[in-house]
Amino acid sequence: MNGVHDMGGQQGMGPVQYERNEPVFHARWEGRVWALNRATAALRKWNLDAWRHDIELLPPVDYLRMSYYERWLVTLEGRVVKYGLMTEEEMESGKAAPGSTKATPALTLATSSRWVNRGIASSQDPGVPPLFAVGESVRARNVNPVGHTRLPRYTRGKTGIVARDHGVYIFPDTNAHFQGEKRQHVYSVRFSARELWGESASPRDSVYLDMWDDYLERV
Amino acid sequence: MADSEGSSVERRGFLKGLAVGAATPAAMHAQDHDHQDVPSDLTLRTKALESLLVEKGLVDPAALDALIDTMENKVGPRNGARVVARAWVDPAYKKRLLENAPAAIAELGYTSGQGEHMVVVENGPKVHNLIVCTLCSCYPWPVLGLPPVWYKSAPYRSRAVIDPRGILREFGTEVAEDVEVRVWDSTAELRYIVLPERPAGTEDMTEEDLAALVTRDAMVGVARVAPPSGAAA
Repeated sequence: MNGVHDMGGQQGMGPVQYERNEPVFHARWEGRVWALNRATAALRKWNLDAWRHDIELLPPVDYLRMSYYERWLVTLEGRVVKYGLMTEEEMESGKAAPGSTKATPALTLATSSRWVNRGIASSQDPGVPPLFAVGESVRARNVNPVGHTRLPRYTRGKTGIVARDHGVYIFPDTNAHFQGEKRQHVYSVRFSARELWGESASPRDSVYLDMWDDYLERV
Repeated sequence: MADSEGSSVERRGFLKGLAVGAATPAAMHAQDHDHQDVPSDLTLRTKALESLLVEKGLVDPAALDALIDTMENKVGPRNGARVVARAWVDPAYKKRLLENAPAAIAELGYTSGQGEHMVVVENGPKVHNLIVCTLCSCYPWPVLGLPPVWYKSAPYRSRAVIDPRGILREFGTEVAEDVEVRVWDSTAELRYIVLPERPAGTEDMTEEDLAALVTRDAMVGVARVAPPSGAAA
């Protein structure tokens, strides 16, 4: 979706606010929210792409106003109901319904390190042939999907060169909506800064993006 | 003024609004513009959610403690600094690092999440690399830990791709016109780390002392590694 999260190339956001000796978490609740998101991901009711899309669905004014971990908290509150871990009544009362099942085993201390270490859902799959070759010119498709996508607006319709084939990964546009993993190759594609931003950009500079087969077309 | 009632919203009503799904925060926050209340609200809401998840047997608080301890104490830029220092002193290691970063980084014992598909990009006299995630906050956790707020902020995410030299200037990093700036937008599951240039005047330093020079900012690419104080420039 053409959401506010797709920030590349936007202007007027102001200077970068730098904090010296920044702590990992600024308040206790931030750490708890981070860990709750990790722990509930282990219940496998949703996937990483669906998780990202929930954050993208925040109304733009809220997305911009909220702190990073506030976004994580608010979307997790919605997500536990959306995926059936909680009922609305439980969220309202703050108490588990009598006899509510504990069908899914909790992430425990013993398994938590595995979940830190498990990494992200993607894989190498030699059975999926690449559609493009290193060195080939490609164009980012001019598409505007209404669901989740990892194809930033600022590249659409622009031409670049395949710099590297990273192998096969799950396709986020379908996986986020539980419509299948649609595994395909991801490439590092080099776009010159002038192709993206015009003549005022430095002639030497470039931006590299990682792009799935379905985001690209032959020039 | 119109928001003066925001702080009187009861927690119950607050939570009820949340349970309906992704569209509700807007309605909720329309009543919640009193920023004075934000920290305590977030603390309360986090506690409420955690206690429910624990009561239902879905989350173990000890597991949360362990996860937080890992990010606060076990991973962070010191890990990445050790990787960089090793690459500076050991050309064979550097070669492995540039060819297969996950394996080379795992040699030093760093294998946690968000790092299975790391890529190391090397700075040189004619190339300067800069890492960003314009769409969210992708970052190489095993070697750098969790990202700082500025990395996840709108100013950095929006401008790193369209005005990287302006961003670099804000960080005090001037890049000459004849140097190529390469920006890496982390749009997939690859996670990038910059191998900065080894500063002059460090020829006699040990690997450990070199690692102490390497900063998080240098590994994101917004800064260079400064020579040790007292070294001949």
